[in-house]
Amino acid sequence: MDILEIFLTASFWTAAIRIASPLIFATMGELICERAGVLNLGIEGIMVAGAFTGWFGAYMGMGLWGGVALAMATGMLFGLVHSTLTVPLGLSQHVVGLGVTLLATSLTYFCYRVALPEVTSPPKIEAFQVWEVPVLSEIPVLGPALFAQTPLTYLAFATVAVVAYGLYRTPLGLAIRAAGENPAAVAAQGLSVTGLRMGAVIVGSGLMAVGGAFLTMSAFDSFFFEMVNGRGWICIALVVFGAWRPGKALLGAILFAAFDAFQIRLQQTPLGAQVPYQIFLMLPYFLSILALVAMSRRAEVPAALMVPFNRGDR
Amino acid sequence: MRLEPIANPSMARTLVPPAAALVATVVIASLLAMVAGGNPFRVLGLIIEGAVGSRFALLETLNRATPLIFTGLAVAVAFRAKLWNIGAEAQLYAGAVMAVVLGTGALAWPAFALLPTMAAAAMLAGAVILLVPALLKTRLGVDEVVTTLLFNFIFLLFVSYLLEGPMKDPMGMGWPKSPRLIAEARLPRIVDGLRLHWGFGLALIAAGVVWVINTRTTLGYEMRAVGQNAEAARFAGIPVGRVIVKTALLSGGLAALAGFSEVSGLKGSLTLDLSPGFGYSGIIVAMLALLNPLGVVAAALFVAGIFVGADSMSRAVGVPTYLADIMLATALLLMVLAILLTRFRILRE
Repeated sequence: MDILEIFLTASFWTAAIRIASPLIFATMGELICERAGVLNLGIEGIMVAGAFTGWFGAYMGMGLWGGVALAMATGMLFGLVHSTLTVPLGLSQHVVGLGVTLLATSLTYFCYRVALPEVTSPPKIEAFQVWEVPVLSEIPVLGPALFAQTPLTYLAFATVAVVAYGLYRTPLGLAIRAAGENPAAVAAQGLSVTGLRMGAVIVGSGLMAVGGAFLTMSAFDSFFFEMVNGRGWICIALVVFGAWRPGKALLGAILFAAFDAFQIRLQQTPLGAQVPYQIFLMLPYFLSILALVAMSRRAEVPAALMVPFNRGDR
Repeated sequence: MRLEPIANPSMARTLVPPAAALVATVVIASLLAMVAGGNPFRVLGLIIEGAVGSRFALLETLNRATPLIFTGLAVAVAFRAKLWNIGAEAQLYAGAVMAVVLGTGALAWPAFALLPTMAAAAMLAGAVILLVPALLKTRLGVDEVVTTLLFNFIFLLFVSYLLEGPMKDPMGMGWPKSPRLIAEARLPRIVDGLRLHWGFGLALIAAGVVWVINTRTTLGYEMRAVGQNAEAARFAGIPVGRVIVKTALLSGGLAALAGFSEVSGLKGSLTLDLSPGFGYSGIIVAMLALLNPLGVVAAALFVAGIFVGADSMSRAVGVPTYLADIMLATALLLMVLAILLTRFRILRE
C-alpha cells in the first residue's frame, strides 16, 4: 500500500477516532483539574482503576452503562483522596499525584488477582458495539470515522462540548477558571476555593476513569495488566499542547491518535517492515515530548497551577 | 479549615503522627489481607519472617535494598532541588546497558580497572539521560515530570530493541537477553559464600557521599536553596539553571549505578525485567526518608523488606504480592500527611 493512500482510507480515520476516545475523556478530566489549579498526576493510576472497575462491573452483570458508572465512581473516589490531600491540606501535588497513581494501580492489580485468582487469560465481556448514525455514517471516509463508532466515543465528543460550554459559558465555569488563575479574587467573592478545586478534581478524576474504561469496554473487551501504558502521562502532555482549552485539546488528541494509527499502518508496509517495531512504538512518546517543547514558548499556564491556597496567608 | 504553623512542636507532636501513619498502613494492609481470604496476623507475620526471619531472607532483603538505595538517593537529590525526576527507571537501564557494553569482553582489563570504568560510564549514561529533560526545563520551561516519565517508556523500548537486535545473546536460545558479563566485570561478593555483592557496599558509600555533598559543600547548599525558593536563590546570586543541571547529572548518575550494580553484582546479564519498578519505588524510598541520604538507606531496607517478605508470604498463603505495593503507596501518602501534622495545626473556622 502506498503510504499516502493510508490517509484516504476510512478504516484509518475510524481507527484514529477510536484511539483518540480514551485520550479525550482523560484529557478533559486533567484539563478541568488544571484549570482549577491542581495538577493531577494520579491520572495514570485512575485510568488503570477505571479500566478494571468498568470491565469488572460489566462482567459481574451490572450492564455496560453500569460498568461505566462504576468506573466513574471509582475515579471520583480517588479524586476525593487526591484533592483532600492537595487542596485543603496543600500537600505537594507531585508527591500526592504519584502516590495516588501507585495506590490506584496496585489496588487494581490486587483486586484483579483476588477476584480472579485462577485465570491465565482474563474473561471477555460483551463490549460496546458500533452504533451507526443513519445517513451521516454513509458520508465517504469521514462518515464512518465520525458516525460509525461505539456510544462511548460519541459520549467523549459530547463531554468536550459540555466541558467547553461549562468552563466558558457558565458562572460555575468562570469560578473554576478563576480558582486556577486568581484564587484570592474567588475568595473575595465569597466563594470557596477549596470547594471549587476539590469538585473539579473529583469530577475530572471521574472522567479519567471513564477514559480507562473505554479501553476495556469499547476498544477491547477484557482487562490486561499494563494496558493503560502511559496514556495518562500522554494526556498531561495533551493538556499543555491544547493550551488548557477543551477545543484545542480535542484537536491535539485527534492529531495524536491519527499519528498513532498511522504508525501502526506504517509498520505493515514493506518500508516499515525493515525498521525495528520498537522505533514505531516509541514515536507516540517522542511526539508528546515534541509537543511539549513546541508549546513551551506560548504556554498559557493557569497562573495558580500547583499553588496551594490558604486563606490565612493572603 | 486553616493550617496554623506550630512554633515549637513538642516531642509528642513530632513522633505521634508518623507512628500513627505506620499503624494505619498496617491496619489497611490487614484489612486487605482479610479481603483476600488470609488471616491478617499470619499474613503480617509471614511478611516479617520472609523479610528478616532467616539468614537467607536477610541477605535477600539486603540485595533487594541495593538498587533501591541508589534510586532512592537519585530521587532524594533531585526532589531536594525540586527537580522532579520521575525517570530513575530509564536512568537505571542506561547504567545497565553501559555495564553490558563494556563488561562483555569489549574491554579485556583486570577487574580493578574494569569495574570503576564501568561504574563511571554507567553514571555518565544515566546523567546524559536526565540531562535532556533538565535542559528542556531550564532553557524552555518544559515540565520535567512528564518528559522524564515519557523517557521511561522510550528507553525501555530502546532496551527491548537492543536485546532483540545488536545486544542479543547469540547463545540465548532466542530469548531477548544480553550475553553474560566476563568474570572481571562482575562485582565480587562481600563475604565468600554469602549471596551479597559489593553493590551494597557501593550503595552505602554513595549514601555517605551524597550526605557529604548535601551538608558540607557549596553545591549541596545551592541545591537546597534552589529547592526551597528558586526566586530567592536567583536573587542571592545562585546560578539556578546551572545548579539544576548539576543536580540532574548527579541524580541521573546515581540512578544508573542501580542498573550497573544489578547487572554486574546480581544478574550477570541484562534482560527486560531487570527492574520491577525500582525507579518508581525509589520515589517512595526518598519520601519515606524525608529526602535525607542516610535515611534513604533505612527506608530502602524497609521497602525491600516489605517486597521480599510479601513475595514469600504470597507463595505461602496466596494473598497477591501486590499487597506490598499497596502498603508502600499507602505509607507514602499517609507519611506526607503525617509530616504535615507534625508542623501544622488544623483549625476549623
